[in-house]
Amino acid sequence: MSNTKHLTDEQAKDIDENIAWAKINKDVLRSMENPRMGYWVALAFSVCLFGLFIYAEIYQYIYGMGPALLNTSHMWDLYISTFVFWIGMSHSGTLLSAILHLCHADWRKPIYRFAEAMTTFSLMTAGLFPVIHLGRVWNFYWVMPYMSDRGIWPNFRSPLIWDAFAITSYLTSSVLFLYIGMIPDLAICRDNTTGWRKTLYTFLSLGWRGDDAQWRNFRFTYLMIACFLIPLAVSVHSIVAMDFAMAIMPGWHVTTFPPYFVAGALYSGCAAIMTLFVLLRYFLKFEEYMTMPIMDKVCKLTFVIAMVWTYLNLIEFASVWYGHDIPSKEVLMAKATGPYSIFFWGMMVFGSVLPFSLLSQTVRHNMFAIFFVSIFLNVGMFLERWMIVTPTLSLGYHPQAFNVMWPGWVEWAMVGGSFGWFGMLFLIFVKVFPCVSMYEVKEMVYHRKRTTFADVDEMMELHTGVPGPAPKTQETGGS
Amino acid sequence: MSGPAKKIERKTKRVLGLFGDFDQAFEVIADIRHYKVPGVTVDDVTLKSPIEHPEIEDVLGERPCHIPKYSFVGAAIGFCFGFIFLASAQANFLAQPQGGKPVITIPSNIVLAYEMLILFGVIATLAGFIWSAKLMRKREGLYDAAVTVDQIGIVIEVTDDTFQPMKDLFKKHKVLEVHEESLT
Repeated sequence: MSNTKHLTDEQAKDIDENIAWAKINKDVLRSMENPRMGYWVALAFSVCLFGLFIYAEIYQYIYGMGPALLNTSHMWDLYISTFVFWIGMSHSGTLLSAILHLCHADWRKPIYRFAEAMTTFSLMTAGLFPVIHLGRVWNFYWVMPYMSDRGIWPNFRSPLIWDAFAITSYLTSSVLFLYIGMIPDLAICRDNTTGWRKTLYTFLSLGWRGDDAQWRNFRFTYLMIACFLIPLAVSVHSIVAMDFAMAIMPGWHVTTFPPYFVAGALYSGCAAIMTLFVLLRYFLKFEEYMTMPIMDKVCKLTFVIAMVWTYLNLIEFASVWYGHDIPSKEVLMAKATGPYSIFFWGMMVFGSVLPFSLLSQTVRHNMFAIFFVSIFLNVGMFLERWMIVTPTLSLGYHPQAFNVMWPGWVEWAMVGGSFGWFGMLFLIFVKVFPCVSMYEVKEMVYHRKRTTFADVDEMMELHTGVPGPAPKTQETGGS
Repeated sequence: MSGPAKKIERKTKRVLGLFGDFDQAFEVIADIRHYKVPGVTVDDVTLKSPIEHPEIEDVLGERPCHIPKYSFVGAAIGFCFGFIFLASAQANFLAQPQGGKPVITIPSNIVLAYEMLILFGVIATLAGFIWSAKLMRKREGLYDAAVTVDQIGIVIEVTDDTFQPMKDLFKKHKVLEVHEESLT
């Protein structure tokens, strides 16, 4: 019987399976109207940070790239590191939505919507940085590879052009994936709101009525787009990795960069999910939906990905160390012992050592601890990107170009401001759109009930030889 | 066709029955499958629900879904378009010194065509969804918001003769509410 009880606890704990369907609608709709005060404080903070971003950009626009302290060898610095960081962050949505959807991981259902939104807004944030980095922002469209009627010849052999294609495709596909997954919920919003919200949701829900034909087509559509999105996400970050790996620079010309970047992306995405999980749970009063058992699973997933990332990191170090490419080895040594060493070791501690704290159940069951751990994990992942870009540029093949560069206030303001831009978009999104998938939580409750009772009966028969009680399946949330 | 011509009666009403759970709705459909209401078949049934029931196809029978075809066609067009678009752009670069490299570079074009494959595949899938699920169209008036909350609706078009038996069947299975509208 203890096994049976254990099984029941294990299966029932993700979410309360007795929660009524009507309550799910009510709670999620309420979250869009009546968040806690912390939400408004966070929104105000994000808007202030975004204001700083605007100020820094105007300053750079007026005075040129000088205040950013970019120079001859450091033509890329924090701007591109931050670009890679935000692209990486965008992989969270694909992981939680698409990969776990195909794996039938039910526990993703209450949290995947905000992860998808994170994907979209991360990409929108990442997209700012190549443009900012150009300096002449008004010429940003030169990177777009359209026909050369102005004498511009895009180099299709360059991964930078591949970036433009890949990120555009990824952003479009992610937005559509997010939108399609929301259509049944938008219909719920349409039926329960008034005023501008009703107009908006009526338009966006496309006339959804919950017919069996609509559900059937919806299921196939969601599945097909999930299948498209996974290779797309892998290709996007592989292409970002090729921005570096295809350059013949010490420390960049590494075969393992694409999988290393993809693992890093999933890692930082998971860490960001943990941060936002904690915040949204509090801001929007989602304690019943974003539960500790779900967070427990996210933490375990993050730990596994952290170990994959650590392994790939060590592989990279080993291949450089044993490869006898002297400049690459010097860059690696400089990372560990040179002027940037504190950030390199910070990356190693935050990225590879700190995740071991997630093995502790005490940490995994403490929202404050998780919040701070997730923040530091992402600090580690930010340092990782910085340590990919800057040490190589300060120690390339040309001794005359050797120099150490520290970012100026304009660059730091842009980096900080990008978090404001992201936070502002994200917080507006969760106020306007349902950030917990109502229909999927209903499905989860419904499936859990059916699965739990069936398995308990089976286990009881297995362990006691006594047939279990009559299956009490098919109880809908309507009860 | 020598037999007596069967009289085809025009459907004059649309009925929506709301049920408290899937069980009751499925029992109604089972009765319809067993021809408890003459002249009404399971193909006439539309089920409205807050979620898609995992065994819906066992109840309603297999119904076609063409979404994968849209995805495939979109992806194929995307790949071809991507490659041709790039190749035609590169073909305009003849004035540019290529340094011995080919004008149309197949490996890099395949990377980009692959991205277009996915983009067009996704867009075509969305288009197929909108078309197949009959979204963005003028809807019939018979609808109750309860089907997005916690009730299961069965919509069926009936003739004058089958209207009352259909309502009786709904009542037999503990229908919560019945809505009707005229099709004339």
